[in-house]
Amino acid sequence: MSKKMDIIELLHENSRLTDKQISIITGLSEDEVKDIIKNLEEEKVLLKYSTLVNWEKTEREVVRALIDVRITPQQGQGFNAIAERIGQYEEVKSVSLISGGYDLSVEVEGKTMKEIAIFVAERLAPIDGVLSTTTHFILKRYKQDGVFFTDGPEDNRLVVTP
Amino acid sequence: MIEDKYISDIVKNIPPSGIRKFFDLVTNSRDIISLGVGEPDFVTPWTIRKEGIDVLDRGTTTYTSNLGLFELRKAISFFLKNHYDLDYNPEREIMITVGASEAIDLALRCLLNNGDEVLVPVPSYVSYAPCIELTRGVPVYVPTEEKNNFIITPADLKSKITNKTKALILPYPNNPTGAIMKKEDLEAIKDIIIEHDLIVISDEIYSELTYDGKHVSIASLPGMKERTILLNGFSKAFAMTGWRLGYIAAEHGFIEAMNKIHQYTTICAPIMAQYAGIKAIYECEEDIEKMRKTYDQRRRFIVNGFREIGFDCFEPKGAFYIFPSIKKTGLTSQEFCERLLKEEKIAVVPGDAFGPGGDGYIRVSYAYSIDKIMKALERIERFAKKIF
Repeated sequence: MSKKMDIIELLHENSRLTDKQISIITGLSEDEVKDIIKNLEEEKVLLKYSTLVNWEKTEREVVRALIDVRITPQQGQGFNAIAERIGQYEEVKSVSLISGGYDLSVEVEGKTMKEIAIFVAERLAPIDGVLSTTTHFILKRYKQDGVFFTDGPEDNRLVVTP
Repeated sequence: MIEDKYISDIVKNIPPSGIRKFFDLVTNSRDIISLGVGEPDFVTPWTIRKEGIDVLDRGTTTYTSNLGLFELRKAISFFLKNHYDLDYNPEREIMITVGASEAIDLALRCLLNNGDEVLVPVPSYVSYAPCIELTRGVPVYVPTEEKNNFIITPADLKSKITNKTKALILPYPNNPTGAIMKKEDLEAIKDIIIEHDLIVISDEIYSELTYDGKHVSIASLPGMKERTILLNGFSKAFAMTGWRLGYIAAEHGFIEAMNKIHQYTTICAPIMAQYAGIKAIYECEEDIEKMRKTYDQRRRFIVNGFREIGFDCFEPKGAFYIFPSIKKTGLTSQEFCERLLKEEKIAVVPGDAFGPGGDGYIRVSYAYSIDKIMKALERIERFAKKIF
């Protein structure tokens, strides 16, 4: 695998790593690391440096829902135009085209269940081409992006071994 | 203790492992970050675990032949050829053991008569000397030094050979120093080994965790296969410590002799582990590569971290340990480790647990995530500021 992939994976795992730390870990010079990251940003491979937050442990009240959306593809545009239109809303955190019984999976964030229900009824469902929506509220997160929200598996190794 | 009078002198005289002592200390402390572990932090790759489950599912729960499943020996023969260009006949020259630990014991018991001397480079893994003593042999330490990159030099070797010397243990890549012996280093001692008619017990359990070129086995040098007992296993390369699966490759006569001991004391390695081992060899090259790469990243990171704090730190080329010097603190290894544990709740292993010459060093494992290593380094730095 290339050093470029190494850097992407390291940042994906921990976006707070400094250029210097990445240079130590990969064995590249700090300038090489800076160059590679700059290129990756320009090519829009690296889009944003974000943090995985367990909101349940904060004072902010957050409800998230996954919404299955069935849509009619549009002439010449397929699903893209509607998907992008749905994505414009601030409440929408992700939009993906998926295979199976429906077309788009939309993740929506709000303060309360009611807020999300209103969003779906007043904003999402009325969009031209949207045939139906099914809302699933997320009740508890166990794991996201490879990280356990609950305690997860423990390190079962003895503390000191030869 | 009344039992004492029944216990054999040989067992009584073996000192408990220096790690054991430290282990007891650690067990009584809480919220510790440990960098003291000698096994991978990875779970065994799924393909291998699945095979273990399938074997049980099929109801395959019997003994195997003493030498081990032929299919596994064939796989090992293929692996040794493929990775280290070694030729071992799977029918006659390979046997499966319960970890490389059993292999160490078998090799020594098959070779040693009362009073035979075995050369043991130190610092090194804790089992060699006690196993030699249990066999009524005599361990003769060959100190290796940081200025020589912790390898055995021809001069070191010559100075310890007597007319009773029968074997040399060659533990590279080395636990705890992380040293490796390259082809030219092995060639430099080869003639002395042949001249003095020594047998080499080459413990290559960390062979796949080599970060500077490819591992070279001494058995691949001309004239050395016939005098080498090669030990290896699945624990480190495939993250299979708990499966207890190792093997020995050697000339048929040695294998036959060791198998004699093995059949009476052990019978065979667990069949589930043996089947899983076949999968490991044929289907998990990519997993090994990925783990090696991750270790290598951590290695660079932790060596740099210790050096930036101000420790002199030898650059390890194999295994998953660093062996920084703590000499300039003026503390002994034991004092350093006990204080680090008490004051900053970090567990590392005192260097003197690995034999003479280990004092003044500590063994720090990097079988931990970079995140964890980072946190540990912060505490170690705080500690270092107090004592430097």
